Amino acid sequence: MTLAPITLNHVLLLSGILFTIGLIGVMTRRNLLLILLSLELLLSAANLAFVAFSRALGNLDGQIMVFFVMIVAAAEVTVGLAIALLLVRHSGKINADEFREMKW
Amino acid sequence: MKPFFHAMVHPGLFYILSALSVAGALGIILARHPVYAVLSLVVTLFGLSALFAALHAPFVAMIQILVYAGAVLILFLFVVMLLDITPETLLRSRSWTSVLAGGALALFFLFQLAQVLCPTVSSFPAAKNGPMGTTAVIGESLFTTYALPFEVASFLLLAGIIGAIVLAKKKL
Repeated sequence: MTLAPITLNHVLLLSGILFTIGLIGVMTRRNLLLILLSLELLLSAANLAFVAFSRALGNLDGQIMVFFVMIVAAAEVTVGLAIALLLVRHSGKINADEFREMKW
Repeated sequence: MKPFFHAMVHPGLFYILSALSVAGALGIILARHPVYAVLSLVVTLFGLSALFAALHAPFVAMIQILVYAGAVLILFLFVVMLLDITPETLLRSRSWTSVLAGGALALFFLFQLAQVLCPTVSSFPAAKNGPMGTTAVIGESLFTTYALPFEVASFLLLAGIIGAIVLAKKKL
């Protein structure tokens, strides 16, 4: 059995599927940590599309964009987790829709 | 090393790695406890990293493992364990109306995306002779063409570090 060769569309569709799963996670989970975790999945799915286009066009710029996306993700995660830690420490709640105020 | 990076993606390998990544991604949104969700994301990131290597991006594949799986997810695990989540709070972590509405919206999004992708089939061109996506090539580009964004990114990281310290410290 021979499989058809992999085209750009295969990789983009995989990226789309991963992005959709992450989107479901962001919209349906209520746990603050799981929302942040699903955001990471969204960024990784976008990274896959960048790398696939970089390979298809023979251009390195997509891979450099992935590098910057990772830096932004790292900065976002540190601040996001610090805010989550602080919110949970002060209110004892973890679900995003139970928070009514961020100032106390 | 040469034949590995310059070969086309083998279809069987691609399907195995895709299945691994999608399984890990499903684990994130279905996991009951956040620790399992974090570990599922590690599976997805390793699958994606192998795909990056197959798509001639060895440098990106390595920093994917070092930065994401190594640093970001350890940070997540620390926070999950620091929060000591009780079983009662976990039980109330899902509501069925939002699952239905969010799932339907996301599937609609995927349907639209597939409609855009399907008519434009394009295959990967044959690999170039020179090295592509190695540390040397990317480093050269980062320090010449992208020197300013690179420096700005370091300021962003500095702002992230200071922000995290200011927020998490009880008394400055």
